[in-house]
Amino acid sequence: MQTSSRILATLKHVNLSLGRREILHDISLELSAGKVLTIIGPNGAGKSTLLRVLLGLQTVDSGEVTRLPSLRIGYVPQKIIINPLMPLTVRCFIALAGNKDINKVMLDAGIQHLENQAVQSISGGEFQRVLLARALMRQPQLLVLDEPAQGVDMMGQAALYEKIAQLKEQHGFGVLMVSHDLHVVMQKTDQVLCLNQHVCCSGLPEDVSQHPEYQRLFGDFPDSGLAVYTHHHDHQHDLHGNIVSENPTQSHDKECCKHG
Amino acid sequence: MDDFLLRALLAGIAVALISGPLGVFILWRRMAYFGDTLSHSAVLGVALGLLFSFNISVGILLSSVAVAIFLLFFQGQKTQGSDTLLGIIAHSALSLGLVVFSFVKGANAELNAWLFGDILTVTWNELSIIFAAVVVVWILLALIWRSLLTITIDEELAKVEGINVALVSLIYTLLIAVLVAVAMNIVGALLITSLLIIPAATARPLSQTAKQMAVVAIVLGVIAVFGGLTASFTWDTPAAPSIVVVASLLFIITQLVYRMKR
Repeated sequence: MQTSSRILATLKHVNLSLGRREILHDISLELSAGKVLTIIGPNGAGKSTLLRVLLGLQTVDSGEVTRLPSLRIGYVPQKIIINPLMPLTVRCFIALAGNKDINKVMLDAGIQHLENQAVQSISGGEFQRVLLARALMRQPQLLVLDEPAQGVDMMGQAALYEKIAQLKEQHGFGVLMVSHDLHVVMQKTDQVLCLNQHVCCSGLPEDVSQHPEYQRLFGDFPDSGLAVYTHHHDHQHDLHGNIVSENPTQSHDKECCKHG
Repeated sequence: MDDFLLRALLAGIAVALISGPLGVFILWRRMAYFGDTLSHSAVLGVALGLLFSFNISVGILLSSVAVAIFLLFFQGQKTQGSDTLLGIIAHSALSLGLVVFSFVKGANAELNAWLFGDILTVTWNELSIIFAAVVVVWILLALIWRSLLTITIDEELAKVEGINVALVSLIYTLLIAVLVAVAMNIVGALLITSLLIIPAATARPLSQTAKQMAVVAIVLGVIAVFGGLTASFTWDTPAAPSIVVVASLLFIITQLVYRMKR
């Protein structure tokens, strides 16, 4: 881990209204290198808007937004629609983002097999990983992800968050993400910010999940959801969904998938 | 080969060299209407240039830039659709141009050439200017290529990645304005857009990458120029419209072949 966690961006008492609707009320937060901050909250809580403010895509009414000068951001948007009239292979799409070793980046994201496919033809889950690879191409200091697990199945989600945490350790960048997948995300995050126009509560994941406001917003979620991700699997999947044995010599019985 | 035919061929090739790579972006960014608006309003630029006797190419560039700025100014508003706005500008400017033309003595004979092009009267002098424009457009396009592609894929992604979206878009618009100025008296105001979009659209099913599509569009443009001029020479048909007809035939053929293959 980094000894000193450099501050990448801060918000101080940010307020924003769009039209007559108040979207963000008195939001303050801090993003540091090597730390994962996850924003959770109900639909319409202003999560994506908060992200856009931090990305510099949205100006605020009042408050202070500061970012490290020439901060390199790797951005994984919620979705983008690419005109089918543009012939664009996955490889070209990723290469456009930077000059890093593209083969290594694609290997890291587990998408080498998609290399020559048209970006418009791959599935939603695959596209999320392509976007992640594209963000990594930029050698980001800050990785920003807007609901990265959309269109990814439950086991894939766990693998994706694991991957993000692993990449963070490797590269030491800060991570900011918006997520719906509360229980999955709790495992791999340093700080959680629960948003509902204002900051309901924020802090360590364990503390936030005990907070009354959080419980009021999300309390009716079945606890069994959490159980899925705290029990120990007898095997793991890699990003392709292939079974990965922790002990390579151990013979693996493929019928023994005991989920949930 | 006759000298004038060689010059016509070179002029056509020069236009294809820029309309190919600029045209694919027109397609990807769904800006076909925008190209039309720029070229139609260029008629006003020509008319004003003739009336106040200043350089016509400058007049065309000025009118294109004025339209681009006007559109940029109106982009934020939501009360009119952008297609409506483009249509209004295109036809108002064209009509105003035709009205102004009527005040220029003896210009009505020339009007046809501005509207439908007069590729067969291109001089060596004009040719050298056209090829200088090709070089300038290619250099600028090469400089903004990556940024423009990223913006075309997603504007916000480009912004987050530090690309100056407004500047790159402005340069791209100016490049189209240069094309309009160059192609005005070759293919004419009414047919410029067809050279932007038809070869590009034809190139789409034949290409796997962006660069490939731009190159294929150039090749198709050159074939259309060659075929159109041959037809014009053989059957005495109007040159620029013949080029566009050949381009359209190429489009229909590739579409049919592509559909049959599927």
